[in-house]
Amino acid sequence: MSVVTLTINDELASANSGQSLLEVIREHGIYIPTLCHMDGLSERGGCRMCLVEVQGMRTLQAACVTEVAEGMVVTTHSERLRKYRRMTLELIFAERNHVCAVCVMNGHCELQAVAAIEGMDHVRFDYLHPDLSMDISHPRFGLDHNRCILCTRCVRVCDEVEGAHTKDVMGRGINCRIVNDLNQAWGSSQSCTSCGKCVQVCPTGALFHKGVSVAEMVKRHDFLSWITLGREKNEWNYTGQPPYYATERRKE
Amino acid sequence: MAKKDKIRLATVWLGGCSGCHMSFLDLDERLIDLAEQADLVFSPIADAKAFPPDVDVTLVEGAVANIDHLELAKQVRAQSKIVVSFGDCAVTGNVTSLRNRLDVDDLLNRVYQEGPGRTPTGSDPDGIVPALLRRVVPLHQVIPVDAYIPGCPPDPDRIWTAVSALLAGEPVRLEEEMRYFG
Repeated sequence: MSVVTLTINDELASANSGQSLLEVIREHGIYIPTLCHMDGLSERGGCRMCLVEVQGMRTLQAACVTEVAEGMVVTTHSERLRKYRRMTLELIFAERNHVCAVCVMNGHCELQAVAAIEGMDHVRFDYLHPDLSMDISHPRFGLDHNRCILCTRCVRVCDEVEGAHTKDVMGRGINCRIVNDLNQAWGSSQSCTSCGKCVQVCPTGALFHKGVSVAEMVKRHDFLSWITLGREKNEWNYTGQPPYYATERRKE
Repeated sequence: MAKKDKIRLATVWLGGCSGCHMSFLDLDERLIDLAEQADLVFSPIADAKAFPPDVDVTLVEGAVANIDHLELAKQVRAQSKIVVSFGDCAVTGNVTSLRNRLDVDDLLNRVYQEGPGRTPTGSDPDGIVPALLRRVVPLHQVIPVDAYIPGCPPDPDRIWTAVSALLAGEPVRLEEEMRYFG
């Protein structure tokens, strides 16, 4: 594995070739928001929160799906990036019914947190208020399309970690929906193992435990690294840590 | 200090639950400091029938849900120097806008005409009950808004941070922990 040298925000940084820009940026203690990224899952590059400027490239690059390269010059925070991140966030909020006040994840939601961190004080676009359903046919879990941001973490964890691939995405563009098996009621799925991984990785209140009320749902995203790395690290009991945005000091 | 040197403050209640106003009253003893610096010239908790002219700062709670809200919002904008979206309903539509997925006439028919009791007015204006707008919208979609205080309701510390900045003639800058919706 060769080492590459790059510049991040006017500071020299070294990284192993093959690493993603996001990984290296975070290793250097710099915070950039993410919504679809999750440690332990493959990258999707879908939420566009981790966009960075790379010198010599005309378009902004999603740091999670960009590999580091020798001599790369990267900017993680600028007026242009702030503008695009905020616009993307506003579009996410406008697309579905994100009503924080009556959401099971109020106070624990990654989308809500990223909006506060990025200073999104209002949404300039018209809210679409789509008429979306909920699937509460599963005995333990619920799927609320109103809160879904299509990050596909649930799809990836179900496929890559649990190996069931119950969840997938149907439709195109604004008609995209998370589906179970062949677009059927979750409770009737024969492939779902009811492991609940999808619920834990979901950044918003789209996937939740039945029986929780407003603000009662707390997700423990770090359970995933415990599953995948626990044996290596000799961690036999899951202790759980608060999510990254609640603990890490942010440095711009 | 002469009375007219005080800031002329107003609060308005549109399509909301008045929870933001309850939180405003939760300023507790800070209300005394506020009363020294500002006159409350219009509010659901003050006895004023019409929205007065030359208001310095107006806090607007609630989303714009009917034609009365729309009219009052325009009056507020015309007669206030600074207009603040006060709470999630004013900022995002929030709970008030949950009905947007439904057709207004279907909604009224279902609730009032198919249900028990006397049939009230529908969505047509009759001069008594204000007609509902087809869609509930946040305040900034009908008038320009100068500042935003999120929260359902915004807790008193947020309100005080914003209001004390406005009283000092400074822009509202809330810290990250005060910027959460919900």
